Amino acid sequence: MTATGIGAPVRRVEDRRFLTGNGNYTDDINRPGQAHAWILRSPHAHAKLAKVDTSKARAADGVLAVLTGADMAADGVGGLPCGWQIHNKDGSPMLEPGHPPLAVDKVRHVGDQVAIVIAETRGQARDAAELIAVDYDVLPAVIDMDAALAGGTLVHDDVPNNRCFDWEIGDKEATDAAFANAATIVSIDLVNNRLIPNAMEPRAAISDYDRTSGRHTLYTTSQNPHVIRLLMGAFVLQIPEHKLRVVAPDVGGGFGSKIFHYAEEAILTWAAAKVNRPIKWTAERSESFMTDAHGRDHESHAELALDADGKFIGLRVATKANIGAYLSTFGSSVPTYLYATLLAGVYQTPAIYAEVQTVFTNTVPVDAYRGAGRPECTYLLERLVAKAARETGIDPVELRKRNMIQPDQFPYQTPVALQYDCGDYPASFDAALEAADYAGFEKRRAAAEKVGKLRGIGISTYIEACGIAPSAVAGALGARAGLYESAQVRVHPTGSVTVYTGTHSHGQGHETTFAQLVSDTFGIPIENVEISHGDTDQVQFGMGTYGSRSLAVGGPAILKACNKVIDKAKKIAAHILEADVSDIEFADGKFTVAGTDKEMAFGEVSLAAYVPHNYPIEEIEPGLDENAFYDPLNFSFPGGCHICEVEVDPETGDVEIVGMTAVDDVGRVINPMIVEGQVHGGLTQGIGQALLEGCVYDSDGQLLSGSYMDYTMPRADDVPSYAASTKSVMGASNPLEVKGVGEVGAIGSPPAVINAILDALAPLGVEDISMPATPQKVWQAINGSTIRQAAE
Amino acid sequence: MPTVSMTVNGKSVSADVEPRTLLVQYLREHLGLTGTHVGCDTSQCGACVVHVNGESVKSCTTLAMQNEGADVTSIEGLADGDTLHPMQEAFRENHGLQCGFCTPGMVMSALDLVKKNSDPSEKDVREWLEGNLCRCTGYHNIVKSILAGAQALKG
Repeated sequence: MTATGIGAPVRRVEDRRFLTGNGNYTDDINRPGQAHAWILRSPHAHAKLAKVDTSKARAADGVLAVLTGADMAADGVGGLPCGWQIHNKDGSPMLEPGHPPLAVDKVRHVGDQVAIVIAETRGQARDAAELIAVDYDVLPAVIDMDAALAGGTLVHDDVPNNRCFDWEIGDKEATDAAFANAATIVSIDLVNNRLIPNAMEPRAAISDYDRTSGRHTLYTTSQNPHVIRLLMGAFVLQIPEHKLRVVAPDVGGGFGSKIFHYAEEAILTWAAAKVNRPIKWTAERSESFMTDAHGRDHESHAELALDADGKFIGLRVATKANIGAYLSTFGSSVPTYLYATLLAGVYQTPAIYAEVQTVFTNTVPVDAYRGAGRPECTYLLERLVAKAARETGIDPVELRKRNMIQPDQFPYQTPVALQYDCGDYPASFDAALEAADYAGFEKRRAAAEKVGKLRGIGISTYIEACGIAPSAVAGALGARAGLYESAQVRVHPTGSVTVYTGTHSHGQGHETTFAQLVSDTFGIPIENVEISHGDTDQVQFGMGTYGSRSLAVGGPAILKACNKVIDKAKKIAAHILEADVSDIEFADGKFTVAGTDKEMAFGEVSLAAYVPHNYPIEEIEPGLDENAFYDPLNFSFPGGCHICEVEVDPETGDVEIVGMTAVDDVGRVINPMIVEGQVHGGLTQGIGQALLEGCVYDSDGQLLSGSYMDYTMPRADDVPSYAASTKSVMGASNPLEVKGVGEVGAIGSPPAVINAILDALAPLGVEDISMPATPQKVWQAINGSTIRQAAE
Repeated sequence: MPTVSMTVNGKSVSADVEPRTLLVQYLREHLGLTGTHVGCDTSQCGACVVHVNGESVKSCTTLAMQNEGADVTSIEGLADGDTLHPMQEAFRENHGLQCGFCTPGMVMSALDLVKKNSDPSEKDVREWLEGNLCRCTGYHNIVKSILAGAQALKG
C-alpha cells in the first residue's frame, strides 16, 4: 500500500475548496441577465382549484411572468414519471395517477405547486405571489392510511381506495405451513416513523435557455444529473438529450432526497424558454420540509415462527406503506424490492411471505431516504428477534447465533429473491460483541442502578443489498432504467489523468477515493488525477449516486476504463521498445519488457500516444482516452452488527446513548477515513430516527413538524462519539471487491437503540416503545408500567 | 436604496441595498462571498455563521443595515494565501466535513468557542455546537477537528 493508494486514509482533495468558502453550490451560481422565481404553494392538503387569478401579480413591480398549471397543460407538458413499475398480486400493474408539475385541477398536499412568479428580484417575485388570488374549494384531507384505504376521500379520483398497489413476495403456502408447525409464534406491530431528509443545502435550480441553439441548461441540486436529463427531457418536456444540459455542481448532501426529478426542475426549464431569461429558484427550508420527498412511514404486522429449538422456521409480514400524494421517482420500489427482499436478514429462515399495500394520502410524496426500505426491514426483523428472545427465554445473542447463515453457506439463496454472494455474519457479530464489551454489561448495569439509572444494551444485525443494481434483474422487477455505471478515463499527453464518472459526489469524497483507485492502478501520483462529475456535457452518461452504488458500480467502470488504457498503452510501449506485446509488463507506473531493463514511464507512453511519430498507427489509433460501462452481475451485500448501550433516567424519561458500536462488513476499503465518516453520519441519522425525528401531520394535513423549531434534528450533544470499525469479507460480485458503506449506519442503528431502551425498561415490564423514543414517551411507558405502579 | 458600508475580511466595502437585505444576502449577493451559506429560515442551522466585531453571529438573523461600520469576517477571510488557518487545517486533517455545506458555519463557530475557551472538553464542544446543524458527519469528526484545532491554536 502506498501513502495515497488503495487502503490509505488520504486526506480529501475536495476539502480545501469547502474549507475556504470556494465551494460551488447551485445557489452560488448566477447567470447573466438572471431573473428570480417564487413558487406559490398550496396552503391546503386537499382542494379543488376553482380559479387562479394572476392578474394583479402580473401587474406588480418587476414581474416578468406568472404561470400556472393551465399554461403548462396548454403547452402539452407531461407529468412527472415514476421510474419503477410494481405489479399487484393479481399481475395487474400499479395505478399511476397523473403528477402535473404545477397543479391543474386539484392540489393534493400542503406545498403542492400552484403557480410560478418570475421577477427581476426574488423579493419582487415573493411579494407578487401574495397577489395571486386562488379560489380553493377545500376538500376533506386523508392522512391516516387506514382511513385512506377505507376510500371515503380519494386523493386521485381514478385510484379506488387510494391503493396504488397490493404486492406480495415469497411463498405463502410454505410460510403458512411453517406457522402450522411452530412451537412458538412471536408477533409484533410496528410503525416505522416518517422522516424528513433535511440535507443541509436546500434544493435549488437555475434554468438557462439559448434561443439561438435551442439548448436548455439546468443547474440543479441533484444526485444524478443524467437521470434528470432523461426523465425530464423524455417524459415531461420532450427535449432531446443533445438540447438539454443538466449540471449538478457541488451538492450539499442528498441522503436520497436529491435523487428524484422534482417539479421545480421542469417548471423552471419550461419557464426560462417562455420568458427568454435565465431563472433562479432556491427553496427556503420551510419549502424543503413540505416538498422534498419524505422517507419511511410504514405500519407493519409481523410474525415469526420458531421451532422447539428456537430455530426460525417462518416469517410473515403485512405492511402498509404511505407513498404520499403522488408517486415519486422511485417511491414504488422502496417499500417493495428494497424492503421485503431483505427480510431474511442474516438468518436462515426457510419460509418468508410478505405483502405490501401502498397508500396515497394528502401528504408529501415518500421515496428513498438513506437506506431506503432496508432500515424499515431491519427494524422490523431485529425488533421481532429481540422480542422472540424475551418470549422464548433464549439469550438474544444465542438466539441470533443459532439462526445465522454460516460462512460456508454462500452463495445463499434466500426465500425472498436475493442470493447473498458472501459474508461472515458470525465474525462481525462476535467482533461487535467484543468491541462493545457485551460480556461486561451486567456490571455496568449494576453500577448504573446504584446511581438511579436504568441501563440497557441492544443488538441489531443487518444485511443490505446495495451496489444498485444488475440492470437485467432490476428490469425484471419493474425498473424502467438500466442501473449500470459509466466512466471515461482520459490520459492527457503528459501523463496526467481526468476521470469522468457518472456517479455524483455530494459529501462522499469521490474526488479522493476514485483518485486513489486510479493513482493506484496507474502507479502515478494522486495529484496527477482529477475526478470530474455532475455535468451531462462533460460526462458521457451515468445513473448517479444512491443505494451505496458509487464505488460498487461506478468504481469497476473506472477500473475497466483504466484497464483499457493499460492494454492500449502496452501496445504502444511494445512498438517503441521493439518487443512483443505479450512481453510487456506494467507495474508501478512503468511499462517494461520482461527480463530486460528496457522500460517506458507512463507519461512517456501517453506522450507517444498524442505525438505518434513512432507509433503502431496501422494497428491502433492515436490518443489515450477510454470509455467503459459496467453493469454488475449481482447486488453487493454489506452486513454487520450494531450495538447500542443506553442509560435511561426513570424520573425524566431521558435516554442517553452511552455507547454505540458498529462493526460493518463493507468489503474492500479504499479510504478507511472516509468509510468511518460515512458510518458516523449514518449512525447519527439512525439515532435521529430512533430518538428524535418524526414527521407529524394533523388530521387536516397541515405539516406540524415543518421547521427546525418543530422537527428535531440530531445535534452534537444528542449523540456520543462512536466506536466504528470494519470486519470485512472481500466482496464477491465486482472486481474491486467492494460492497458499499453509505447506508449501513442508518440501517443497523435504529433497532439497536430501541432494543437497548427496551432492555433497560424490561425490569419494569415495558415491552414496546415507538420511534422516536422521546423523553415523554419513555416517561409515559415507565409510569404506565404495571410493575412500577404495583411497587408504588 | 440605502448605502451600507462595512469592513469585510479586512477590506472596506459598500453597497446599495434594499432595507430588508440580511447580512448574509449582503455578503452572498452583493459582495459575491458565497462561502457563507443559508440552510434554513429560522436561524437554527448555523450554516451562515460569520464574525461581527469578533463575535460569532448568524448572518441570516441580522439586517445588513444593522451592521453599518462593523468589522465582519467570513470563511473567505481565514486562510493566509494558500495556508489554511489552523482550525481549517484541523477540519481537513480530521475529516470534519463531508458535503461542505455546514462547514463554513462550523469553522466560524468553532473559532468563537476557542476564543472563549482555549482548552474545551468534548462536552464543551458538543454543547457549544447546539446552534450548528450537520447532516453528514454525525458530528464525531467535527468534534475531533475542533478539539485538535483548539490545541493547534494554543500552540
